[in-house]
Amino acid sequence: MRLIKFIFIIFFIFNFNFLNAQTENLNNKITKNLRCLICQGQSVYDSDSEFANSLKMLVEIKLNEGLSEKQIYDFLKNKYGDWILYNPGFSKNTYFLWLLPILMFLLGGAIIIRLFIFKKK
Amino acid sequence: MKSKIFPIILFIIFTIVFIVFYLGLKNSNIYTPEKNVEENIPSFQVKKFASKDIINSNQIFNGDNYYLLNIWASWCVPCKTEHKYLMNLSKEKNIKIIGLNYKDSSKNAKIFLNELNNPYDLILSDQDGIISIEWGAYGVPESFLIHKNNIIKKIIGPINQKKLIEIKGLIK
Repeated sequence: MRLIKFIFIIFFIFNFNFLNAQTENLNNKITKNLRCLICQGQSVYDSDSEFANSLKMLVEIKLNEGLSEKQIYDFLKNKYGDWILYNPGFSKNTYFLWLLPILMFLLGGAIIIRLFIFKKK
Repeated sequence: MKSKIFPIILFIIFTIVFIVFYLGLKNSNIYTPEKNVEENIPSFQVKKFASKDIINSNQIFNGDNYYLLNIWASWCVPCKTEHKYLMNLSKEKNIKIIGLNYKDSSKNAKIFLNELNNPYDLILSDQDGIISIEWGAYGVPESFLIHKNNIIKKIIGPINQKKLIEIKGLIK
């Protein structure tokens, strides 16, 4: 019983820690998923360009205003198009991109099953 | 029969993959971002450059007038090359040029304008670059032609002779 209490207290304390770090983590998560449009192959999080620095500040402001992650993505998508997101949503332009790995996986599985399992019989 | 289907399928897949990659080779790999999706101008609050008063965007862009929002900075070299075209455009009567001073020190900006003259009807200050992002801008210089609260043309990079003629044609 004592042990349970102890674990509960530890868990409780660590939860506070998590609460504080949450906005920071979300901020990093969002900026890591944003492409720095004027740099080459860098996310906004990694870049130190003028554009990226402004965007980092903007994300922070929007988070403080209470916007959700998705709302911020939508806001930026409206301004800059899909290209700014590293993780583009599922749309008619991207369904091939999203479905191709699954398709490959199924195909590979089918080949393996055919080669090894059916051959044995 | 069964054993023949498999090589055929494999052959078809390889052909498709080959065609996709072969066509992909010929495509240009320089990506130009799509045109601004949002056509309405954003609403925002901004500091005036000279007096540091805060002004609302709907007080600036009103009526049937044409507006050119030009994002500039004294440290930006292409801004100097486009300046003479802005001076030329400022002589037109039915367009107002609004400058948005991007991440600049006000001292340097004033020196810049004293040296090269001031084409702007109003200058706004964007110290941290956030207002430029609200406009969907990438950096300096960049210009937006605005009519009836809509962005009708977006110019990324400096204005040149060709673009000046284009703007003059649009505002006639």
